[in-house]
Amino acid sequence: MSEWKELADYFRGRSMWMLHYCTGCGAIELPPTMTSRWDMERFGVVPMATPRQADILLITGYLSIKSLKRVVYTYEQMSAPKWVLGFGSCTINGGIYWDSYSVIKRLDKYIPVDLYIAGCMPRPEAILDSFVKLRELIKKGEAKGYEKYVKNFEWYKANQDKVFRRTTPVLKKPEEVTKSA
Amino acid sequence: MMFFLKLIQSIGVGALSISVGLLFMGIGRKITARIHRRYGPPAIQNFIDVFKLFSKNSISHGFAYDLGIIAGTSALLAAVVFLPVGQINLFPANSSLIMILYLMTMAYLGMAMGVSSSGNPNATIGISRALTMMMGYKVPFAAVIFSVYIFARTGSLTNIIAAQSGGLLNWNMIRLPFGFIAAEIALQGMLGEKPFDMAIAPAEIASGPMVEMSGKYLGFGMLQHAVGIFLETGIMVNLFMGGAPNVWIFVIKQFELFFIALLVNAILPRFRVEEGVSFMWKIPLLLGVIQALIVVL
Repeated sequence: MSEWKELADYFRGRSMWMLHYCTGCGAIELPPTMTSRWDMERFGVVPMATPRQADILLITGYLSIKSLKRVVYTYEQMSAPKWVLGFGSCTINGGIYWDSYSVIKRLDKYIPVDLYIAGCMPRPEAILDSFVKLRELIKKGEAKGYEKYVKNFEWYKANQDKVFRRTTPVLKKPEEVTKSA
Repeated sequence: MMFFLKLIQSIGVGALSISVGLLFMGIGRKITARIHRRYGPPAIQNFIDVFKLFSKNSISHGFAYDLGIIAGTSALLAAVVFLPVGQINLFPANSSLIMILYLMTMAYLGMAMGVSSSGNPNATIGISRALTMMMGYKVPFAAVIFSVYIFARTGSLTNIIAAQSGGLLNWNMIRLPFGFIAAEIALQGMLGEKPFDMAIAPAEIASGPMVEMSGKYLGFGMLQHAVGIFLETGIMVNLFMGGAPNVWIFVIKQFELFFIALLVNAILPRFRVEEGVSFMWKIPLLLGVIQALIVVL
């Protein structure tokens, strides 16, 4: 059985289909990574259209609390051997949004991140390097973020709910809004 | 005994079609990359992708979904068995082109049943575009097939190949040039390459029929596309390029047709679906009708 797992991990490392969540400014580094100059397809990495088809979720840059909700939906829709790449310093410690009230500081508290790419912003070489690193981690069987998420589901959910509570509207009734106007 | 022999041979032809189709897809990605001045993935990348997809967890959307995906792949595999592939001709008495085309349509209908039961509107839009486009390219292709039938005075692929024996000048490609051009344009639509790839438009409808497919379902979808490439180019080789004495030459001839489709795919943008259908019903249909008139008169 372990031979089968090793073989599967070998293939998974060589064919990683990527869903890029591009709300941050880091998205601008992805077109050159995909196209002629730094061609990421030679590592078997292809951009995909929906979370169902994808293996990697690439979070490019900062996430506001409202977009974190969508990222969690997206992550939970992906099917099981799946990995998350945190891209840029915004996903590590908030980056230049370190004191913002509406932006999360550490992505690792809400969904399990397998690999961070440091930099503001990382160059395409760094992105390609991260794909090679992730391939090595998968081959060694160390990139197990998706199992961590299932095991510590309550902890992740509690962290998510703590910030999602802040997105509920302050004014409860629409009549109050019209009355004051 | 005879039955089991045929069964094993049929499985062999199915495996051949899957591996040749996946190899064509991989080489196609490499060639497209070189046209873009990229290095491109290895030629066996699509085998790696399929193995990976079958090793993933997958999410079903109900019984009709499973049934539709399986029916789509198996209908195409059933069609490949009746196709003469070089010296391999399992059912020479039954190699009717009409039956192969019928099974190919079954594959699309199975796919339509499966993906529309997933409930995603993008999937429904995608498959309705695919079926509309099928209505577009099947009409000129049918006109071409009738002229080939009338020319060869037979409906069996085996006899059509036999009628073209004896050198390049006897090929239908040379004898029926307008029909060949019309069928070549229809082939572009059948393969789903640009400019007729509106069914699978990743930027507008999130890859259309594949939108809700995960893991093994996407693997089956990829196998279906591989068998489809083998079958559609194989029909063209048998109809217009005189078949082949053995499997190797057959695959090389298939690759020539696929290569032309790839080059067109690499340089053209995408039609809208109504533009695609009206193009198909104007130029290729006109060429097909001209060819039929030339053959009849």
